[in-house]
Amino acid sequence: MNQEWIYSGIRLSLPLIFASMGGLLSERAGVANIALESYLLVGSFTAAATMALSHSLALSFGAAVFACVLVGLLFCFFTLVAKADQIISGMAINLFVMGLIPVVCKTVFGLSGQTPSLSMNERILDPSIFIILALFAVAGISLFFSRTVLGLRVWAAGENPESLRTQGVNVNRTRMKAILLGAAIASLGGIYLSLGAGSGYTRNMSAGRGYIALAALIFGRWKPMWTMAGCLLFGLADALQIIIQTIPMMENGDPLPTQFVQALPYVVTLILLAGFVGKVRAPSAINKA
Amino acid sequence: MNFNLKSVFFVVIFLAACTPKIENKNAQTETKSPVKIGLVLDKGGKDDKSFNAAAFKGASQASKDLGIELKTIESPDDSAYEPAMRTLAERGYNLVITVGFSQADALKKISPQFPKTHFAIVDSFVDVPNVASLLFSEHEGSFLVGYIAGLKSKSGVIGFVGGMEVDLIKRFELGYREGVAYANSKAKVISNYAGVTSEAWMNPTKGKELALSQISQGADIIFTAAGATNTGVFDAVEEKHKLAIGVDSNQNWVKPGFILTSMLKRVDLAVYDIIKAENSGHFVWGNKYFGLADKGVDYALDQYNDSLIPQDLRKKIENVRAEILTNKIKVSDYYETRKLCPNSPFKCDRSQRHTGPSERTTQ
Repeated sequence: MNQEWIYSGIRLSLPLIFASMGGLLSERAGVANIALESYLLVGSFTAAATMALSHSLALSFGAAVFACVLVGLLFCFFTLVAKADQIISGMAINLFVMGLIPVVCKTVFGLSGQTPSLSMNERILDPSIFIILALFAVAGISLFFSRTVLGLRVWAAGENPESLRTQGVNVNRTRMKAILLGAAIASLGGIYLSLGAGSGYTRNMSAGRGYIALAALIFGRWKPMWTMAGCLLFGLADALQIIIQTIPMMENGDPLPTQFVQALPYVVTLILLAGFVGKVRAPSAINKA
Repeated sequence: MNFNLKSVFFVVIFLAACTPKIENKNAQTETKSPVKIGLVLDKGGKDDKSFNAAAFKGASQASKDLGIELKTIESPDDSAYEPAMRTLAERGYNLVITVGFSQADALKKISPQFPKTHFAIVDSFVDVPNVASLLFSEHEGSFLVGYIAGLKSKSGVIGFVGGMEVDLIKRFELGYREGVAYANSKAKVISNYAGVTSEAWMNPTKGKELALSQISQGADIIFTAAGATNTGVFDAVEEKHKLAIGVDSNQNWVKPGFILTSMLKRVDLAVYDIIKAENSGHFVWGNKYFGLADKGVDYALDQYNDSLIPQDLRKKIENVRAEILTNKIKVSDYYETRKLCPNSPFKCDRSQRHTGPSERTTQ
C-alpha cells in the first residue's frame, strides 16, 4: 500500500516537474511564464495526434517538442519583441491554445476536442522513461546554471540584465534561448499526459496542472531541486487524498467529507508556502521590460 | 503607449468578429420553415462517448427523422452556458435543450426572459412554465449494474469512481452500493471522486490514478460515472486486466472485453422525445421522469460484453428488475436520503465499512 502510494505520487507529480522546469528556465531569465498550461496542452495534443496518425513514437515526441517550441516562440514574440506585459501574454496564449486545439481536432479527426484513443502498444505504459527524463531535466538545469556560460547569462538576464548588456550580450536572445529550452522540457509533461498516463488527448486534459507547477516553482524558490521537491510533495499529497477518500474516519464509519480531503494537496502547499519556505525572492528582473 | 493603443484596436476587432450576427429573418420565418432546435452541451462535448454523446445522438437522430433544424453548441466552461442559451433564444429557436445539471442556474436566469421560447434541461429541475425538466432514475439503473458487479466480482472488493462530487453522482453511488450488497452482502465497495469542481469531468489522468489505487486495494470491478474522466479508468482496467462498468451511453465498445456492461441512461431517448413533442406542437413543461419501467435507465448488453454476462446471470438480472418494478426491492434515492448509508435492508451499513482500514493495513 505504501509503495503504491509513492508510485502514484510520483506519477502524479511527473507532469508538474516537467512543466515547472520549463517555467523555471523562463522565469530565471526574467520572463514570468504562466503559459505552462499551454505547453502541457499543446504537448499532449500534438503527441497524441501524431501518434494517432503516424503510429511512430519518435515522430510523436519530435512533433510535440517542436509544437511547444513554436508556442514558446509566440510567447517570445509577445514578451520580448512586442514587449507586452508578460502575465497578460501568457494568459492570452493559454486562451488561444484552448481555442485552437478543438478547431484542429475537428478538422483533422472530426472529433470535438479530443483525439482518437490509442491502443496499448501505442502508449508508454511504463513511466520509468519519464522518471529518468525528469531527473535528467532537473539535474541538467542545475548544472546548466552552475557550469555553463549560457546558464550564467540566463541567470544574469533575470537578475540584472543591465550588467549583461554592458558585457555586449544580447539580453533578448539569451532570454529567448531560455524560453525555448523551457518549452521543449515542458512539452515532455504534455507527452506524459497523453501517451504515458492517458490514451490520447481529451479536452483540457492538463486540468490546471500548469498553474500548480507555477506554485511549485515559487515554493521551490526558483531552484531546480527544491522545485522538484515541491512537485513531489504536491503529487504525494494528491495520491494520499485518493487513499484517504476511501478510509472510514468519521465516527459513523463514513470517510471524511470529500471536499475537505480533496483540498489536502492545496492546503499542504499553502501551509508550506506560508510557514516554511520563508521569504521568497523572485528573480529581480521578472516582468520588467 | 503606442502598443496599448494597438492592442485595444486588435481587441475591438476581435470582439467584433466574435459577436454573433443576429440577422433579421422575420420575413422568411413566416413561410413554413422547419422547427429550430438548439442543443447546448456540457463541457464534455459531443464526443465524450458518454453523457453528452447520448444527448447529441438523440438530437441528430431527431433531425434526421423529423427534418428539424438542429444547432449544437458545446460549452468550453461554465460561463459559456448563458450566452449560448441567450443567442439561440434570440435567434428564434423554438426549443433550446440544455444538457447537464450545471446549466440549471443559467437556465433559471434565461428562461423567464424568453417566455415564448421552450427550454428543456437534462438532469436538473427548473421550475419555470416554459421549461421541461428531463429526469432519470439513476439509482435504479445503478442498482442493476451494482448487482451484476456483486455477482461477477471474484475478490469481493468493488470500486466506484465518480466525477464531480455532487448529489447526482451520489445517487449513482448509493444505488450501486445497494445493488452490490443485494448480490453479495460481504462485498466491500470503495469509492473515490475525481474532484469537487467541473474539471473533474475531464481529468482522465486522475481517473486512472483513482482506478489504480482501487485496484491495488483489491477491486476487480469498477463502476465509473465521471464523463470524460472515464477514459482513464478504462485504461487502468485494461492495463491491470480488471473490469469496468461504463455510464450514460453504451460504452462497451470503447475497450471490448474490459467493460463488463454500461449503466445506460437514455438521454438520447429523452432528447428525441422532447424534440418530437416540440415538432408536433405538444411541448409540455414540467418534470418528465425516465426510469427502469420505460427503459430510461438500463444495463447494456451487446456483442462486446456478450461473453462476460452468462445466461444464468441474465435471468437473475431480469428477476431483480422485476422485483424493483413491483416494489419488492426499494432502491434508496440519494435525493431523499441525503446520505450514502441509510437504514436500508441491504448491508450498506456502518459495521461493514468499519472493516476497511484494518484489512487495508495488513496488505
